[in-house]
Amino acid sequence: METILTVNNLTKKFGYLTAVKDLSFNIEKGNVYGILGPNGSGKSTTLGIVLNVVNKTAGDFAWFGGNVSTHSALKKVGAIIERPNFYPYMTAIQNLKLVCKIKEVPEDKIEEKLEMVGLLERKNSKFRTYSLGMKQRLAIASALLNDPEILILDEPTNGLDPQGIHQIRGIIKKIAAQGTTILLASHLLDEVEKVCSHVVILRKGEKLYSGPVDEMLTSYGFFELRATDEPALMNFLGNHGSFGSLKQENGLITAILKEEMDASSLNNDLFKNGIVLSHLVKRKASLEEQFLSLTNHNK
Amino acid sequence: MLRLLQIEFIKLWNNNASRVLIISYFVLILCMALIAAIKFDIGPIQFHVAEQGIFNFPYIWHLNTWIASGLKLFFAIIIVSMMANEYSNKTLKQNLIDGLSKKEFIASKFITVFAFSVISTIFVFLVSLVLGLFYSDFTELSIIFSELEYLLAYFIKLLGFFSFCLFLGILVKRSAFALGFLIIWFAIENLGIRFLVWWLAGKEASASAMKFLPLESMGNLIKEPISRFKAVQSMVEQVGEEFHKDYSVHFYEILIVGCWTSIFIYLSFILLKKRDL
Repeated sequence: METILTVNNLTKKFGYLTAVKDLSFNIEKGNVYGILGPNGSGKSTTLGIVLNVVNKTAGDFAWFGGNVSTHSALKKVGAIIERPNFYPYMTAIQNLKLVCKIKEVPEDKIEEKLEMVGLLERKNSKFRTYSLGMKQRLAIASALLNDPEILILDEPTNGLDPQGIHQIRGIIKKIAAQGTTILLASHLLDEVEKVCSHVVILRKGEKLYSGPVDEMLTSYGFFELRATDEPALMNFLGNHGSFGSLKQENGLITAILKEEMDASSLNNDLFKNGIVLSHLVKRKASLEEQFLSLTNHNK
Repeated sequence: MLRLLQIEFIKLWNNNASRVLIISYFVLILCMALIAAIKFDIGPIQFHVAEQGIFNFPYIWHLNTWIASGLKLFFAIIIVSMMANEYSNKTLKQNLIDGLSKKEFIASKFITVFAFSVISTIFVFLVSLVLGLFYSDFTELSIIFSELEYLLAYFIKLLGFFSFCLFLGILVKRSAFALGFLIIWFAIENLGIRFLVWWLAGKEASASAMKFLPLESMGNLIKEPISRFKAVQSMVEQVGEEFHKDYSVHFYEILIVGCWTSIFIYLSFILLKKRDL
């Protein structure tokens, strides 16, 4: 697989504060990556460093195998960070023409990209007259002008209304479907869960996890059980080799699995042991639960 | 290089404020020709400025470059705001993300400033040439094209001053504050450093130290031409004063301003490189 971005032991210090600590990860072509982390966990700083606007303190990174300089690599990248930044006194078309000049790509794709984000009717309006949602969509159009190898989005739905969020997500899915590699930084977990195939999880500048989303949801899931004879059920589960921790709350027992087991075989076993269940549900942990457990465990 | 110039041109020309300022700047240079139209006609006293010999070659090169360089302050507003706006709109960040290198960014600003200085110099040359051809008492080619070093000095002076403005724009990041800083710097040079050195090492040392300061060295490139004017000189001589002043453009003066220009551009680059956006 072709590697687009390699980050090795990257560190950034702002005075006494370490924003990014010894971070390493790889971005492979064709995947959709999420960088997850609470506010202030170093997501934007990391993106800022690889995008040439923040100076690193230590470590290094390489675009496309390291054979090109960062600024020429960025011509093959599309990126939007935090707020859309354009010249307020220029129209959408004029702004995009300027971007074409900077990226050294022909101007004939402007209309097509504006069409894609639904801004074609407003192409001759000045940027300052746009709503936040429109500004954000123009930023996406601008990032796509060079048909980038990778699209980097930092909090693309921040501050938008539900409709705007929906539009942006629709656009992202459309782009992902075309096979473009995407790197999406967000603290909105459902957003990442819906779109991404791989995640990098950060907390206070340190990497907690990086890999496919499926593998992160490592657990085999858990059972929620209820029975009249609770002590017997607890006893059985405690002696069973397949279960890890057990939790009892309001008469509901949560048993976390250590290995694969389906609900019917558990039910069968319990019945044979004379325990009759009144409630049996098997569930998989959501990304949110996983994320919270990861970020809490490592305190 | 053409690409960098085009990038800057798109940014400047689509901004109404800077477009108006640029056009007015060049119109004002053209307006120097209007000096020729100044005419007093009060009964027996008839005074026509153009016929007093101020447009004689080669004196006109000196006079016009000196007048036109006064307009540079006007252009400083454009330069400072074209730099500071990149910070306040955060478009500098976007430009870099889009794939412009920091070197290219500074280069695009410097090339633009260079181009404006060239155009301004050509404008002053043409306006002076036409005025001279109309009103000069001497129109021999050898006289017309003598003392052209004033145009070179004018060009170097603009380039140096605009580079200083660029640097201030990057340093201060706000147009209004950067212009304020320019005025404060002028005060520092003329009040602070001049009198500090005077007090420490005497008048002579102060005068020679001043030659090396950025704004003063730019000002020294073209000395005031008024006292060089024949009518003024004869007036002074009538009062009984002797008059000896060196009006010529010296190579070392050009060299000093050239050094400042490279220092300012280099410092701008270093600042941009060191800063996190």
